[in-house]
Amino acid sequence: MKTENQKAWFFVLPVLLLVAFNALIPMMTVVNYSVQETFGDNMFFWEGLTWFENLLRSERFHASLGRQFLFTGLILAIEIPLGIAIAMSMPRKGFWVPFCLVIMALPMLIPWNVVGAMWNIFTLPDIGLMGYFLNHVLGISYDMTQNVFAAWVTIIIMDVWHWTSLVVLLSYAGLVSIPEAYYQAAKIDGASNFAVFRFIQLPKMKNVLTIAVLLRFIDSFNIYTEPFVLTGGGPGNSTTLLSIDLVKIALGQFDLGPAAAMSLIYFAITLLVSWLFYTLMTKDDAR
Amino acid sequence: MAKITLSQLRHSYFDNPKTPDDYALKEIDLDWDDGGAYALLGPSGCGKSTLLNIISGLRAPSEGRILFDDQDVTDLPPDRRNIAQVFQFPVIYDTMSVYDNLAFPLRNRQVAGHLVDKRVREIAQMLEVEDMLDHRAAGLSPDNKQKISMGRGLVRDDVNVVMFDEPLTVIDPHLKWKLRSKLKELHQRVRATMIYVTHDQTEALTFADQVVVMQEGEIVQIGTPVDLFERPAHTFVGHFIGSPGMNVLPCEVKAGGAFIEGQNVALEGDIDRNKAGKTQIGIRPEYVALGDQGLPAIVKKVADVGRHYVVEALMGEQKVSAIIKHDVPNPGEQVHLQFKPAQTRLYMDDWLATTAREGSAS
Repeated sequence: MKTENQKAWFFVLPVLLLVAFNALIPMMTVVNYSVQETFGDNMFFWEGLTWFENLLRSERFHASLGRQFLFTGLILAIEIPLGIAIAMSMPRKGFWVPFCLVIMALPMLIPWNVVGAMWNIFTLPDIGLMGYFLNHVLGISYDMTQNVFAAWVTIIIMDVWHWTSLVVLLSYAGLVSIPEAYYQAAKIDGASNFAVFRFIQLPKMKNVLTIAVLLRFIDSFNIYTEPFVLTGGGPGNSTTLLSIDLVKIALGQFDLGPAAAMSLIYFAITLLVSWLFYTLMTKDDAR
Repeated sequence: MAKITLSQLRHSYFDNPKTPDDYALKEIDLDWDDGGAYALLGPSGCGKSTLLNIISGLRAPSEGRILFDDQDVTDLPPDRRNIAQVFQFPVIYDTMSVYDNLAFPLRNRQVAGHLVDKRVREIAQMLEVEDMLDHRAAGLSPDNKQKISMGRGLVRDDVNVVMFDEPLTVIDPHLKWKLRSKLKELHQRVRATMIYVTHDQTEALTFADQVVVMQEGEIVQIGTPVDLFERPAHTFVGHFIGSPGMNVLPCEVKAGGAFIEGQNVALEGDIDRNKAGKTQIGIRPEYVALGDQGLPAIVKKVADVGRHYVVEALMGEQKVSAIIKHDVPNPGEQVHLQFKPAQTRLYMDDWLATTAREGSAS
């Protein structure tokens, strides 16, 4: 006989309250702002969906969204394969393992704004190590405050430097969990190195790679501090990513209504793309 | 298919082995005939997996040679030795279908498509997995996964030897028996040399024609299951095989006879005069009877194991097991133990030191 017991609801309540206070209620205030106009003094005017309509038609929004996708696409295309390659070339056992792991973990331990400041100094054309070397030793004209291409290359390299380690460590964890017998069986079966990668290593890394792709997508799509400190969105608006643009609208122009609408759309896109990635990468498991 | 010869094989995991204890394998000389079913039996850590990996080429021996049909393969990599190995945990390629898994070793060797198809279907039929060929291998149950990894070994018709490294470890008990008889059947059909590594005596004795018993890197006895049971060449074999194992009782040897607590115990035959050392009598519980005369002992426990009773008696401090069918004594009762002379053997320093009289064996 099944016993009906409503007590369970009582145990869920604390979590519900916690989620309400740290997510649902703040989120609802954003929803509240997104449909109204305010000039401060707690005065609100109903606007309906106007901010959303304006935003979706706004060229400025399209441009920063495009830049955002370009940035995220590029860093995923570089960091994921590079991370796998580095993980595969790391030693599996022995003296160098902890050494490699610490070296790999170091960049991730540095705070975002410090990374931005470091790279800012590093790339200064007259005194920065890289800037000086490129301009005065190699004779390549490089100034990321003037040149759009240089600015993009710099923010991409900075992100690759800062976050490839995450992919490396996750892939490495996936690699070391493969039992030795798989490699031995592959040897006996006469599999080539590529076949070992394609049919053993890659499938065994798939779960951790799904996590790596999701984390790197979410983090890079929401990136703010590092490019803001490094380029401030410039030269011009060339590196103004979505989050930088959002802060400009919300705090620079104090357009709280449009900024709230933008936040919601921003959130919806992040959620949608994450869901797509997850569904695509795990669709085989269901079978 | 091939005859396998191991010649003066030694292996150590240390770079500079000094004492014999540094060797995981101590001097192995062995011939395995083409098409035979062999088992390597021994407790964990006795070197049997090391030996297996040396034969398959996954590990290079420190010393000695391996010959397949008198051709030296010691320096050949695994894929050039034409061997197949089934591991303790089923190894399957998750993303491939069952069909592709079975075809993989053939495709890697550039076998023509129609031959691959023919072989895969043949093997699938033998293993009774035809209806799963299109399934993704990742979704199979452990016993089917293990069948597929066996199939990948059997699919090549040029295999010299198929090796099994404790292949039934992860299989449910009720399926173990099924898979074991499948293996035996496969051996009869494909006629490849098979080597089966295990620490389970039932698996070894039911699978193999010849069992190699190993202990601490040494081969202690090679023989048919009956040999191992009837005439263990070493007390370890006596202990390890049988349930319960052989009784090994300290004894004194004087004037060509063996004595336990002053009583003469009849042996199967004459004592080997060339051997010396610690003397013990070995007698299987199956050949210990209770009677009015014999060695006095006190019954300690009686266990009903179904078809018979296992009586555990104390002869002084010494524990002796006996297997009896009826007239079960009660714990605490005084009994007399009688050993069947033809099955009573003397061991010196753990090695068999009696020879059976003509016609009195078993």
